Order: sequence, then structure tokens, then C-alpha cells
Amino acid sequence: MTTTLLEARKVEKRFGGVQALADVSFSIRRAEIYGLIGPNGAGKTTLFNVLTGIYAADAGGFMFDGAPLDGLGPHQVAARGIARTFQNIRLFANLSVLENVMIGRHVRTRAGVIGAVLRGPRTRAEEAGIERRATELLDYVGIRGRANDRAGSLPYGDQRRLEIARALATEPKLLALDEPAAGMNPAERAALGRLIEAVRRDGVTILLIEHDVRLVMNICDRVLVLDYGERIAEGPPPEVQKDPKVIEAYLGAPHAA
Amino acid sequence: MHPLFDTKNSPRLVWAGVAVVALTLLVLPFALAQIGTTWVRITNYAILYVLLALGLNIVVGFAGLLDLGYIAFYAVGAYTYALLASPHFGLHLPFWAILPIGALVAAFFGVLLGAPTLKLRGDYLAIVTLGFGEIVRIFLNNLSRPVNLTNGPQGVTGIDPFSLGDFSFARSETFLGLTFSGPIKYYYLLLAVMVGILALNVRLQDSRIGRAWEAVREDETAARAMGINTTHMKLLAFAMGATFGGVAGGMFSAIQGFISPESFILVESILVVSMVVLGGMGNIWGVVLGAVLLSFVPEILRWTVEPMQRALFGHMLVEPEVIRMLIFGFALVLIMLYRPAGLLPSAVRKRELARDDDAA
Repeated sequence: MTTTLLEARKVEKRFGGVQALADVSFSIRRAEIYGLIGPNGAGKTTLFNVLTGIYAADAGGFMFDGAPLDGLGPHQVAARGIARTFQNIRLFANLSVLENVMIGRHVRTRAGVIGAVLRGPRTRAEEAGIERRATELLDYVGIRGRANDRAGSLPYGDQRRLEIARALATEPKLLALDEPAAGMNPAERAALGRLIEAVRRDGVTILLIEHDVRLVMNICDRVLVLDYGERIAEGPPPEVQKDPKVIEAYLGAPHAA
Repeated sequence: MHPLFDTKNSPRLVWAGVAVVALTLLVLPFALAQIGTTWVRITNYAILYVLLALGLNIVVGFAGLLDLGYIAFYAVGAYTYALLASPHFGLHLPFWAILPIGALVAAFFGVLLGAPTLKLRGDYLAIVTLGFGEIVRIFLNNLSRPVNLTNGPQGVTGIDPFSLGDFSFARSETFLGLTFSGPIKYYYLLLAVMVGILALNVRLQDSRIGRAWEAVREDETAARAMGINTTHMKLLAFAMGATFGGVAGGMFSAIQGFISPESFILVESILVVSMVVLGGMGNIWGVVLGAVLLSFVPEILRWTVEPMQRALFGHMLVEPEVIRMLIFGFALVLIMLYRPAGLLPSAVRKRELARDDDAA
């Protein structure tokens, strides 16, 4: 097993005349928390969508866990071990909190129509296992008390936690979080930071898009900065923070006074 | 949970309830036969509609794919039976062989409809499925030339009733002093099939497959990101729904003894969708209720409106059919206003969580 879990090789994506991603390369080590930052429209979410198979790359591609992801659909990427959350929360809002997480187990379980209809010992055992694991994960993210509530009825912060629990249910090697702290208050953000670190301690590698600078600086081992779809810096947060190109991207070029 | 449905804490009450319902259903045809055999026939058609509504509920209620051409699968099942058990081709296969064939052919048509429409959602899917339903009907109407496959608008006549050896579902028989007329025999058969399909639906809904369907309904992108093969799940929903439609169609064919494309018009598709929506999309019991109501209420109106008018005014003022549609439409508007999620809306399924390690 190599230390590199994910390697992006010159990934390109265009939408009409807009170059959303230009020649983006980077690599993520196992059990790393890898940040992805950049101004609005820098291509962060596009990168997520190409990585998870929602879009196909125009050129380049990803190597994940020793094999390419090229041409795989989203469900195949999930089966390979990449789970994600969404910038604008996408829960199964009318289902219960517990069922949301149970659906995350789909890709690691097998029962088909015949199993469902006959419900033999194997299916029953599998169902019990799904429910047990889902409950554990709710416990893990701290919302077990809401298990039977409608997912859409949860407060915002808990919905983000539920998305993480649902993603973890797929047993990912890489967990990709798209702005998980958006809309959270400082206390919730701190708790989220602790949760992400706990997930990493359990051996899951994390790719994090985040606007909250403090969260990124606190928990990320390395950060990649994108601007207009191009990689402009990479490194440990304190270094990246001082990089003139990064400062320019966020604040604009210094004026000659 | 209401004690009537709480199998854990009040099992006796639940089983008593089940026993009462079962007994009522078993005695029902004889009670109805007292009023007139017509009512047994009406009940049989109502059960056929329950089967259709349950099948459509998989597509619309579980997987969230609006299908306005569902009656096409009913037609496929009906014609499969009719062509394999009538003088039309001189084939007389036994029903237990044809029904599975009909189910398979209908499932094939389900996939045939599903495959090209995978990328469509909502209104667009509805329009294409509507077109599909019409295409099937028009084919049935015109496949009499150059080779006479369906006998066109004249339909297929002389379709065999169900029979097993010497036992025919069409004959009246007296057994233990009770007269089992043809419709009563079919009633019991239909009842058995309905119970089977109900059980299938209940099991499917509360399973890995059922959850995957619900995930597709709620958010397809998220479902895919969770590793659900949405293509596969949608085709499965179309195929399963079509299968039930095909079985119902085969039984319809045999009970009726005659079918023509007339029976499979767009209004029929809309009626089945109304049953699902009225009862409560995604709620199996709601869908059954919706199908029963929409099958019986019009019949009851038909049988009460005319005598009532004669008693009140001495003659008929308004045709029963007119009043029927009027009340029907009014009821549907009321439902939309006051119970938009159906009479028995699909609720969030609660589960009993293990309490042993409840620390908090």
C-alpha cells in the first residue's frame, strides 16, 4: 500500500468558454486532512463533481487507491470508496434520519428483490446489521436522539452532521466534504472540527472545501489553493497563508499608491 | 403508534383485527350476492384496480416516477392472456402458464418504456409515458393487418376462463350448501393474489431495494453519490410495476372473456394515478383505500342517484353519469385542497431503536 491515496493528474474541465479546471494536479496522502480553498468560482465544487463522477473530465484524471477512476459513474466511484457531502445539503428530506444513514449502507450490502420478498435469515441478518451500523453512526456524529425524525426537520447544523453520517455509512476511504461548516455558528464549527479530526483518526482520509479560514488553518495538514480553475499554491496552511499569489487571489493585486 | 397496529405491545388486539378483516373478506361475496351478483363482479373489478394501483405505486409512490401510461402494461398482460387462451390463434394454454408469461412480457415492456426515459423527470416523464400508453393502444387497434395479431378494434372474444383440470372458474357449483358462482370463485382467487401482492409490496418497501427507490425519489444525485445505481433501480421499478399490471391484465382478460383496445384508454391510466394520489402516494394501505373508493363510489352513485330522483321528482332530471362525474370531480378538488398528500399520507417510518446501550 502506497502512502498516496488520491492523485489528480492534469485534470481539465471546460463549460463552453469557461475554463473551470485547468491542468490541476495534486496528491493526497492516506489519513491526511487536505484542504481545498479558493475564491468563489475558483472551481472547487467542479473538482468535487469531476472527482465523484458527476461530470467527466475533458482531459486528465484521477488515480485512486492504485487504480484510475476514469469513466466511472457516481455510484461506481462511491463503491470504490469515495463518499461526499454537498454544498447545498442534499438529504433524503422526507425519510427518517435513520433511514438516510441506512441508505448509505446500500453500496456495502447485497439483498435484492428476492431477498427482500422472502426475507430469509441472511437478509434479516443483513437488515439488522444495516440498522445497527446506522445507529452507531448517528451516535458517532451526535444525533442519535433524532433517529426517528424527518431528516428535513433537523436544524441546519444537524443536517450537515447527518450528511457526514450518511457518507460514512458507505465505508469510504476518502471523505469529501463540500463546505460542511457553511451556516454554522462558532460553537458548531468547533464541534464539526473535532468530528472531522475524529473521522481522520479512524483512518478515513479527508478532502475539505471550506471558506472558514480558522477551521481550515486548525485542522488541515495541507491546503491546495485554486483560482480561476488553476492551482496557485499548495502546502501547509501557515505557508499558504503568506503566499503573495494567494493573498492577491483573495484581496486583489496591491495598488501602487 | 395506535394499539391496533402495535404488534409488539398488543399482539392480541392486532390479530383480532386481522381476524375480523379476514372473516369479513371471506364472507363478503355471499353477502354481496344477496343484493345481486353484479356487486360481486364490481368487487372483482375493484380488486383488479387495487392490483393496478399497487403496481403503479411502486413506480410513482416508491420511486417517484410519474407514469401516465400505466394501463399499457395492463393491456399487455390482457392481450398476452387473450392471444394464448382463445380461439383467435386456437391456442388454449392453462392460466398458470400464461400468467407468468404475461408478467414477463409486461416487465419487458416496462423496461422498454423505462430505458429511453431514464434521464427524464416530472412533467417530461409524464408526457412520454402518456405517449407510450397511447402507442400501445394504437398498436393494439391496428395490428390486425397485414397479419391479424390483435384483431384490431373488434378485440378478442371467447377468451378461456381460468380452469384447473375439471374445475372451471366460470361454472357455478354448490359446495356444502353454498352456491359458488363464477364471480365468487374469481373473487377468492383475486383476493389471494391481492394478499400476495400486498405482502410483496410491504416487504419490498421495507428493504434495501425499497429504501433505494425512496432515495431515487427524494434526490437522484444524492442517491447516486451514495452508491445507488439509479439506472438499475428505475428500470427495476418500471419492471416490477409492469409485472403487477401484467398479472392484473391477464386476470381481467379471463374474467371478462372479451377484450378490446377500448378497455385501455388514457382515462383508465389517469384513474389508476388518481387512486394512488387520492389514497396517498407511497403508502400501501392508502393506495388500497384509494383504489377501493374510486372503484366503488361511482358504482354506488350509479345505483342510488336514479331511484332517488324518481322518488323525489317522479322522473329522472339529471343522468346518473353526469352526477357521478360531478361528485367525483368535486371530491377530488376537496381532496387536493384539504388532504394534498392523500387520505392516508405516507409517514416517516419510525423504528424501535435498541435501548441496551442508550447512555444519554
